[in-house]
Amino acid sequence: MSLTYIAIQEKLEEKFGDQVSLFSTESGILSFESPAAQNLKVMQFLFDELGFTFLTDLCGVNYPDQQGAELVVVYHLHNFVENIRLRYSVAVPVAQPDVFTATKLFESANWMERETYDFYGINFVGHPNLKRILNVDEMDYFPLRKEFPLEDQTRIDKDDEMFGRG
Amino acid sequence: MEAHHNIVLPEGSIEKTTTTLNLGPTHPATHGVFQNIMEIDGERVVSTEQTVGFIHRAFEKLAERRNLYQITPITDRLNYCSSPINNMGWHIACERFLKVETPKRVDYLRIIIMELARISDHLICNSIDGVDTGAYTGFLYVMQYRELIYEIYEEVCGSRLTTNIGRIGGFERNFTNTAFTKLEKFLNEYPKVLQEFESLFTRNRIFMERTQGTGGISAARAMNYGFTGPNLRAAGVDYDVRVANPYSSYQDLDFTIPVGTTGDNYDRFLVRNAEMWQSLSIIKQAYEKVQSFKGTEAEIFHADVPEYYLPKKEDVYNNMEALIWHFKIIMGEVELPKGQIYSAVEGGNGELGFYLVSDGGRTPFRLHFRRPCFIYYQAYPELITGGMLSDAVVTMSSLNLIAGELDA
Repeated sequence: MSLTYIAIQEKLEEKFGDQVSLFSTESGILSFESPAAQNLKVMQFLFDELGFTFLTDLCGVNYPDQQGAELVVVYHLHNFVENIRLRYSVAVPVAQPDVFTATKLFESANWMERETYDFYGINFVGHPNLKRILNVDEMDYFPLRKEFPLEDQTRIDKDDEMFGRG
Repeated sequence: MEAHHNIVLPEGSIEKTTTTLNLGPTHPATHGVFQNIMEIDGERVVSTEQTVGFIHRAFEKLAERRNLYQITPITDRLNYCSSPINNMGWHIACERFLKVETPKRVDYLRIIIMELARISDHLICNSIDGVDTGAYTGFLYVMQYRELIYEIYEEVCGSRLTTNIGRIGGFERNFTNTAFTKLEKFLNEYPKVLQEFESLFTRNRIFMERTQGTGGISAARAMNYGFTGPNLRAAGVDYDVRVANPYSSYQDLDFTIPVGTTGDNYDRFLVRNAEMWQSLSIIKQAYEKVQSFKGTEAEIFHADVPEYYLPKKEDVYNNMEALIWHFKIIMGEVELPKGQIYSAVEGGNGELGFYLVSDGGRTPFRLHFRRPCFIYYQAYPELITGGMLSDAVVTMSSLNLIAGELDA
């Protein structure tokens, strides 16, 4: 009973219709998207029906050029029995970055969602303890968003004798 | 009697029956920068909250302005007890992304180095386990054998702790005969030491009583908490990236995955020890395979990827093509293909993943490290609540938490 990417895609399409889209197997892993409001239903279905009971990774990505879908949450799920990985993503607008929390399904999502909130400001609705984790609590911006560039390496206005500038 | 009025206690503190204890961030028992704000009742842990991020260095942001080869030194600083695995994991991720095929000899040489790194990682973790239960001897004794491993790294790449070993496509230079001599010395001497190390701890009454039944977790909870590596296997799940998604020709070698049953500190210790024996056998097999390459085949130490692998210096001076590539690589003018990849390797403490998103620029658009101990450290309160404070310390070291990886 080996589970194939095609079978997964068919089952998802049968259950969710056109709510799941953009299936692709580039880079050797099945990836697809759905509207952010559907994320818990999709993951619950994957968990219960298709055996994706392990959340490998959860992270955010910022695409400033995608109007209305600037922030993306990427989930990497793993079915240990069939040894299949999935990449599932949901996109939200930067103006209202609300995504339902996956902590009810996976305990491991707790800190990964806090990290994503910390760096991208994605609001995980229903999270038990949504506060900053790696950065200081007083920080008032979300540093991994593309609007915050790294320091210009050629700048000369900084007096820093110890580290070779100035 | 007047003096009493000088002491202003917070409201409710007289009625409070538990004590708040700050364990860390610089407590010697935490082996790194870990802080736990614990609520303890006598010596029992009632609840705890971990604080992480003390040595956060924004690696993911830094990586967004670096070329692929400049990211390798960043990966050194994740799990610094087994840097070569991080370096090679990153190189393997890049090679998968760029669709580069590495020669078999490179794969086997990588396996040798990665398994040496795994041994040194497990060795530190297990001997620190011993230190926390009161046996310093094992730790001091095995350090000289970790030194032998570090000498091999030194011979291959020139550095010891943060190794920056290898390049995209293979190694920067071929292994010298000295490197192989040192490897043989290690393979000859280490089994006896590991045997001694095991007989010091495995049936040691004090060690068993301190570790058995403490910090345990069931397989289902461990999976839900995202455990990977020896910690998950100690709970009884036989998941190992080397077998599930083989990389670097692990499929050519014969080895078993040790598993435990209870997921407690003792099982984690046993699983790591058993893995060290497996690693030794893997190194022997890989070394045999390396030795079977003769003549020009024995000179192969990298794949042919001129866009990412620095040419030899004499070619740079005498050959126009090589000069061009040299400049393009150093100035970071090689455009990456568009796409995404998630690539994982079995690190010292779990599945180390690299999620790379490229928009066709010269640097990654987004790079995310899946750091195993960041994910499984969440379970720490569940592991220690209700137990003794001194067991919490042992549990922390037996989880193999590495601050550099946790905080990225």
